[in-house]
Amino acid sequence: MLSYSSLAELVVAATEAKSSIARVALRDQAEQIGLGQEQVYARMRDNLLVMREAAIRGLTGELHSPSGLSGGDGLKMERRAQHAPLSGVFCAKAIARALAIAEYNAAMGRIVAAPTAGSCGILPAALLTMIEETGASEESAVMALFTAGAVGLVIANVACISGAEGGCQAECGSAAAMTAAALVEMAEGAPQAAADAAAVALKNQMGLVCDPVAGLVETPCIKRNAGGVMCAIAAADMALAGIKSVIPADEVIEAMRAVGAAMPQSLRETARGGLAATPTGIALKQKIFG
Amino acid sequence: MDIFDIIGPVMIGPSSSHTAGAVRIGAVARKILGGKITRAEVFFAGSFAETFRGHGTDKAILGGLLGMQSDDERIRDSFRHAEEAGIEFVFTTISLPRAHPNTVKIHLAGENGGECAVQGASVGGGNILITDVNGMETAFSGKADTLIIPHRDMPGVIASVSSLMADYGVNIGNFRLNRPHKGFQAVMTVELDGGIPDEALRLLTRLKYVDSVVYLPVNRNGDARC
Repeated sequence: MLSYSSLAELVVAATEAKSSIARVALRDQAEQIGLGQEQVYARMRDNLLVMREAAIRGLTGELHSPSGLSGGDGLKMERRAQHAPLSGVFCAKAIARALAIAEYNAAMGRIVAAPTAGSCGILPAALLTMIEETGASEESAVMALFTAGAVGLVIANVACISGAEGGCQAECGSAAAMTAAALVEMAEGAPQAAADAAAVALKNQMGLVCDPVAGLVETPCIKRNAGGVMCAIAAADMALAGIKSVIPADEVIEAMRAVGAAMPQSLRETARGGLAATPTGIALKQKIFG
Repeated sequence: MDIFDIIGPVMIGPSSSHTAGAVRIGAVARKILGGKITRAEVFFAGSFAETFRGHGTDKAILGGLLGMQSDDERIRDSFRHAEEAGIEFVFTTISLPRAHPNTVKIHLAGENGGECAVQGASVGGGNILITDVNGMETAFSGKADTLIIPHRDMPGVIASVSSLMADYGVNIGNFRLNRPHKGFQAVMTVELDGGIPDEALRLLTRLKYVDSVVYLPVNRNGDARC
């Protein structure tokens, strides 16, 4: 059984088995949960279907959040993706999906926490765009959710995945790291490359604070989902190009934990610092809650 | 913790504390009343009082009162569903200085003149803690099958309850007694390791000095995070 206490453990297990982190994690989780591999796979596939539904519903742009702060930006970006976007069609579509799913969450839609509700757009945006734009199979996306889940388990065990504990780096940063590793395995990269991608993504999100305007999971959370998926795509491409993380993934995760612990309370989901404390942030809070 | 705690749960946004936890507190209040709800008065305290509208916590509480699960898409439109179900509802704020920041108090009135009051907190990750039922202090999470048994504080009542459970092979995982004054009204909160047969439940209500029995079987949804 795996302990999920380091990414090195996952890389070694997958490499020795001449397999992937996803397959090793699927086998191990089936054993730990006490279900057959087919059942565990089917449960993960159900999650992918909920993610796809959330993207479709979010991209209609019809729903707005109860506060009125958000809604419709995913659709705007999806339209932009049709007109030679600067970031390329793949990235533009991933951004559109990340925005749409995060907006759908804010509008009380049905989503899959990955690893949290506030960061729920990053992972599905990348995987769904892989299916749509590269013709990747649904099965490869389900397996990529196992890669992402295994990486997320390590981060949750070693550090944390909640904004209240570690700031946004623990939510969107963890989601970006999980997504980067998932993309590498979906593109048939090696287990070590997946770990490098996770490390690079987490490094690039390190220090990100959790400063929700009016305490709502909307500003800046929704656009940070877009930032997170871009960060993950860049990290995955770097790892697939053979670029290594100078700092090993497990040391990066430990550093993220330490940075989170050093963050003042005002920057950990309390809505008392950062963007929440700007004149506009305070005015919006007044307007919404009186 | 397994992989579905990371990729999952499936839930209604925007956050597990404000949606899933609130739905569950509503669901507990619904079960404690039993029968059809005609009127709901909901009092938000602390941080809930400041932000319940923006987070849709009001809709989530109503969803729970309507018997919806925490991943039910109808929660967004629960005001309309409550109106259609003939439930009169009102939301207001209350000051409860010593309570958890995400605390809500729910007063329900039912069809046959029944009433109940439930206070609970959404303590994070969709987890809840019910702290007060009908003015009596308690503490349960709703994660285990739970029995709430208001009774008269007399010698032998606890023994009669526990021996009846033993007769039916029901194991007690946690037991709590609250008794504001000796010899008067008291309440047992009993968390069970598994369910309890209907027949045992029926017999419990007939025990001497037992006023009523509220049974709260576990919700099928697992826990969640923000």
